Amino acid sequence: MAAQVVVVVVTKIQTTQAIAQNLTLVKPVSVVLGLILSFLFMGPIKAAVLPIERADVLYHFYEGDGVTIDGPSVLLRKNIAGKVSVSANYYVDTVSGASIDVRATASPYEEVRKEKTVGLDYLNNKTLLSTSFTNSSENDFEANSFYVGISQDFFGDLSTISLSYSKGWDVVGRRGDESFEEEADRQKFGLGFSQVATKSLIVGFNVEHISDEGYLNNPYRAVRFLDSSTDRGFSFATEKYPNTRSSTAYSINANYYLPYRAAIYGDARIYSDTWGIKAQNVKLGYIHPIEDDWIFEVFLRHYKQDKADFYQDLFSRPDEFNFMARDKEMSTYTGLTAGISVSYEWQFSQTATFKKSAVHFEWDYMKFDYDDFRDATAQTPVGEEPLFGFSANVLRIFASIWY
Amino acid sequence: MRLLNKASIRLLLVACIAILSSGCASTFESINESINPLANLEPWVKPYERSNLADPIMSMNRNPVALAYAKHVFESREGARGADGGAGGGCGCN
Repeated sequence: MAAQVVVVVVTKIQTTQAIAQNLTLVKPVSVVLGLILSFLFMGPIKAAVLPIERADVLYHFYEGDGVTIDGPSVLLRKNIAGKVSVSANYYVDTVSGASIDVRATASPYEEVRKEKTVGLDYLNNKTLLSTSFTNSSENDFEANSFYVGISQDFFGDLSTISLSYSKGWDVVGRRGDESFEEEADRQKFGLGFSQVATKSLIVGFNVEHISDEGYLNNPYRAVRFLDSSTDRGFSFATEKYPNTRSSTAYSINANYYLPYRAAIYGDARIYSDTWGIKAQNVKLGYIHPIEDDWIFEVFLRHYKQDKADFYQDLFSRPDEFNFMARDKEMSTYTGLTAGISVSYEWQFSQTATFKKSAVHFEWDYMKFDYDDFRDATAQTPVGEEPLFGFSANVLRIFASIWY
Repeated sequence: MRLLNKASIRLLLVACIAILSSGCASTFESINESINPLANLEPWVKPYERSNLADPIMSMNRNPVALAYAKHVFESREGARGADGGAGGGCGCN
């Protein structure tokens, strides 16, 4: 027994010496490792909590660029025995009209998309396990996805680390072409970390890698190429995308409680993918409650994107490159969104069946300006059309009840 | 060389006995502290200091049903995706 203790001690000392030597060699790595280990093993730890029990009924409305989308969304969440939380969401998009990408090549249309999600969260002391399944269905698109995540509170509940993975399977169709059916698989890997920095500040970091494989085109969008045989001087042909795409996004966020009862928040994200798209966005917001009844919020969000490598507004011929795109979401552009919202809350007794209820009104105004996407519907010489831009209004009106 | 090794081992054993007699754990902790300055780090915001953080206005996901929809709109209108907990499904982007 004594010999075993000696061997263990020798091993520990040798290990410590080895660690010390390595520290001098790879100090930055060790500092990060030490930081992580310290967060993992130091300090008292308290239990995490399940998501709050509530029900929401929402009506959403989007109008912009010739498209109107609206519909309901209902979200219910119920906890069971303090360990399990189940949730269900039913969401509908009713789409009518046609965006500029489609107006130049086809007629307006109307369709309905229905999305159903069921989720389950399981709390075990300081660990929250989450899983959900989502089905999205419309007449020309079927998507199923499975999500699993784990979240761990530690360091006296000041730190939270979360990992997530999701897998999706899409079946892509095309209206008016029953023989058209393509598939795409999607995977998402996420890592998040949030930290209570002070008694008034929370900061967070997220990274997510997404990998797609299969038919990644939008079957309704087309490239434009020069064609002197037509009156307008150009024609359209089917887009050609790579059948793989990998992207990585990094984001940081912070929420700060002001000296009076109000909060400011901000987030920033950088993005890049294997198609050559690079993007950045920043958002700043301010939340101001008045007594216990009203909550007002305003925010401003700026988005900037550089085009995909194979994007062009006008190609010289339909088979100019192996990959060709004219989807405006792949072009170079900027977007600015300003939002305002107001909520009114009713507080009930904590012992009552319903503890609180609220109504909310949220309005976002969005504006997009494209640097290399032209309005092909304009009656001007080919290649000299004005650059495209549009604005949109987005409304969310909903009622909530907590129980 | 071999003798030196034996001498080193004997020295190490003596050191170990000394460590055991003086308290191995505390010595190891002191070594750990010398190489890891964060070893003594403790949560610096106490539970009774978290009233501001517990206010609903500090929640990053105050209204999940609205946030999911807002993220879906951005994801449909922008080429970038990910690192924002966005919703899945189709895009309504035809």
